[in-house]
Amino acid sequence: MSSSALILAIAVLAVTPIGFLAARWGGANLRSLEQWALGGRSFGTIVSWFLLGGDLYTAYTFVAVPALVYGVGALGFFAVPYATIAYPVALVVLQRFWGIANRHGYMTAADFVRDLYGNRTLEIAVALTGVFAALPYIALQLIGMRAVFAQVGGLGAGNALPALTIAFVLLAAYTYTSGLRAPAMIAFVKDTLIYATVIAAIVVIPAKLGGWAHIFAVSDAVLARRPHPSSIYLAPTQYFAYATMAFGSALSLFIYPHSITSVLAARSRAVIRRNAALLPVYSLLLGFLALLGYCAIAGGIVTNDATNIVPLLFRQNFPDWFAGVAYAAIVIGALVPAAIMCIGAANLLASNVFREFSPERSPVETRNAKVMTVAIAAFALLFIFFVPVPFAIDFQLLGGALMLQIFPAFVLGLWTRWFHPQALLAGWAFGLLASCAMAYESGFTSNFTLRLLGGSLTGFIAFYALLLNMLVSTALTLLLRTARKAAHE
Amino acid sequence: MRRCWYLLLILPFVGTLLPPLYNHARPALFGMPFFYWYQLAWVLVTAALLGAVVALTREHDV
Repeated sequence: MSSSALILAIAVLAVTPIGFLAARWGGANLRSLEQWALGGRSFGTIVSWFLLGGDLYTAYTFVAVPALVYGVGALGFFAVPYATIAYPVALVVLQRFWGIANRHGYMTAADFVRDLYGNRTLEIAVALTGVFAALPYIALQLIGMRAVFAQVGGLGAGNALPALTIAFVLLAAYTYTSGLRAPAMIAFVKDTLIYATVIAAIVVIPAKLGGWAHIFAVSDAVLARRPHPSSIYLAPTQYFAYATMAFGSALSLFIYPHSITSVLAARSRAVIRRNAALLPVYSLLLGFLALLGYCAIAGGIVTNDATNIVPLLFRQNFPDWFAGVAYAAIVIGALVPAAIMCIGAANLLASNVFREFSPERSPVETRNAKVMTVAIAAFALLFIFFVPVPFAIDFQLLGGALMLQIFPAFVLGLWTRWFHPQALLAGWAFGLLASCAMAYESGFTSNFTLRLLGGSLTGFIAFYALLLNMLVSTALTLLLRTARKAAHE
Repeated sequence: MRRCWYLLLILPFVGTLLPPLYNHARPALFGMPFFYWYQLAWVLVTAALLGAVVALTREHDV
């Protein structure tokens, strides 16, 4: 066994007892859903910083963002403005939501939507959107892990499956036992490893490859010679896509169920506010990681599966034992968000979709949520066994576009009750259909070229769909109000 | 009027969502083209602006 494989195995096994021991943290009664799923809403600034950082900056992010830059050049760097402007949005939206949720004991976005509009269909629509968006996201964490397992000792992707299964069964077991406390504790290990790895990578790799000026020059030349040429700068036709990808993604980041789960676990509004200012540290990390995509190009890494470039780059540039640390960072970095995503999706199913079977916040509901967490984890694992990787990525892109369609009902609802629930439902449905149609038309890429009035504009699918959604929601609300007024007269 | 401080948060959107402003090579920093270090710098500027807004406003302003 190579030393990198040994370190990886030790690290994954070492976090398992932490996951189980987390159940004893604070001596809580884990039969209460609030304790199990939200850690009793007790996390302070530091725990929340690690938890949210561990949750939002997933292993898949760390593998996919450099892969995107490696593949398409400057356009892939949109992740950086995205991870920048997400925080002003977060500060304004989340402190408001946290306050309302805390007053009323809400555990999901759908809980809030149900109470605000008194509309069961809208509640289920919001909940199922979250579940549908979470599933492929969990599957992608597994893909991130598989890329690492496949690198260790040169196993092929097929041989990585047993290791993947073991890691994921352990994850399901401690998440079932300890709830959100498990990923919260493991997040400390994850983030420490990630920071160590990325800082080492930034210091070592560019210097080894001859400095940034050289890396960018080589990358630009290589990108221009590709069958689909790109550049380290944006083409003017990409401006709108770049801006709408960053903006649309920033709006949707915090409405994903896993974000909501971690946010509601915070102890106070002040914790959320401080974290809005402290979490961008992770974005800086992400920005440097994105540039590893160019390091891979300059380092002469050629692969037909770009998700492998980060593990390959580590293997090429680090001694074997440190590559093991980096691999452990990615694998544990996948386990933390995967656990939170399972909890978030299970919460939506137990609290909002199957609510009839479990009266208000009873132990039954907790049991349902726990069982569903395991079911969701199992489903994600099967997804990886049977669905080819490109499809998983397509589903995740589509899931992101669908997620944004709850924005009017949820986020605008935090400030206004002006929208009619039926209108919001129609807007949501139109947004959904439009997302699917545009994704299909564009061959499952993030962007769609809109042809209108003789011109064409390529932009982010989720953004176009949200515009349509808002248009339908607004127009129908006006119509329904006018109709009601007419009926009264 | 404390709420006015939130207007500071418009700046990151203006700074990052208009690519023609920064889609060029010069001035480079440590060999990194302007396009890249400019956007990385906005991460830090945004964090600082957020810190300022958090310090200057109270919890129930929004």
